[in-house]
Amino acid sequence: MTNIEHVPGREIIEHYGIVTGSTVQAKHIGKDFMAALKNIVGGELKAYTELLNDARDTSIQRMLAQAEGLGADAIVNVRFATSSIASGASELYVYGTAVKLK
Amino acid sequence: MERIILFIILIALGYVAGRVAEKKHYSSIREREKNLIHVPAHNLKNPSETDRQVLKSELAVGQIVVSQDYFKRFLAILRGIVGGTMISYESLVDRGRRDAVLRMKESCSDADEFINLRIQTSVIGNNGTSKNGLGSIEVLAYSTAVYYEGR
Repeated sequence: MTNIEHVPGREIIEHYGIVTGSTVQAKHIGKDFMAALKNIVGGELKAYTELLNDARDTSIQRMLAQAEGLGADAIVNVRFATSSIASGASELYVYGTAVKLK
Repeated sequence: MERIILFIILIALGYVAGRVAEKKHYSSIREREKNLIHVPAHNLKNPSETDRQVLKSELAVGQIVVSQDYFKRFLAILRGIVGGTMISYESLVDRGRRDAVLRMKESCSDADEFINLRIQTSVIGNNGTSKNGLGSIEVLAYSTAVYYEGR
């Protein structure tokens, strides 16, 4: 996986089009409470960082699975997007182009 | 009356703890930046050392969620009345971005170069305490880690 238009040092011989992965992650009530407390003093909200990290990993796994299904061996031009679709839930969306390398 | 006392307690707590937390965070950021300064990260599309063979490349990601303390949020509300630059919030996004980039570098600690760095910021909800200010921000930094041959 790279987020540039090619794979350095390798040649792309075939494009398979867009592959995507997305996860909708809701907040956890216990973690939420801790985050609200942490919000008074400021600083890093570790619980949320973890939550979003997990969600991102899941999205990447889903994208990889899709690419493997197509028979690709690399994904180029990977981009991330985060959107809050409802209050208390956010979507982590990742997309890229599946390619075959020489 | 009780509400005013609670408010003052929260402000004081936010001020003291927030300052300590920010100082600690900044000193950790500076320390780690010093250790990783030799690994370049830029947003060009191609590896800068064209004469060297690329061994492999992979996606590197770093992420952080940081929140503002109560005191600074209060300051920001006051600032919102008179306008001008909000220095208290500038430090928040600065901390977030620098730490996200550092985490990205740490996730691929053997890489020689990080190319096509992208940083994106999103607001993830204001957790009850404030009605209009931003509560916390999420910063995501990602790039392609490049490993050169023959190091």
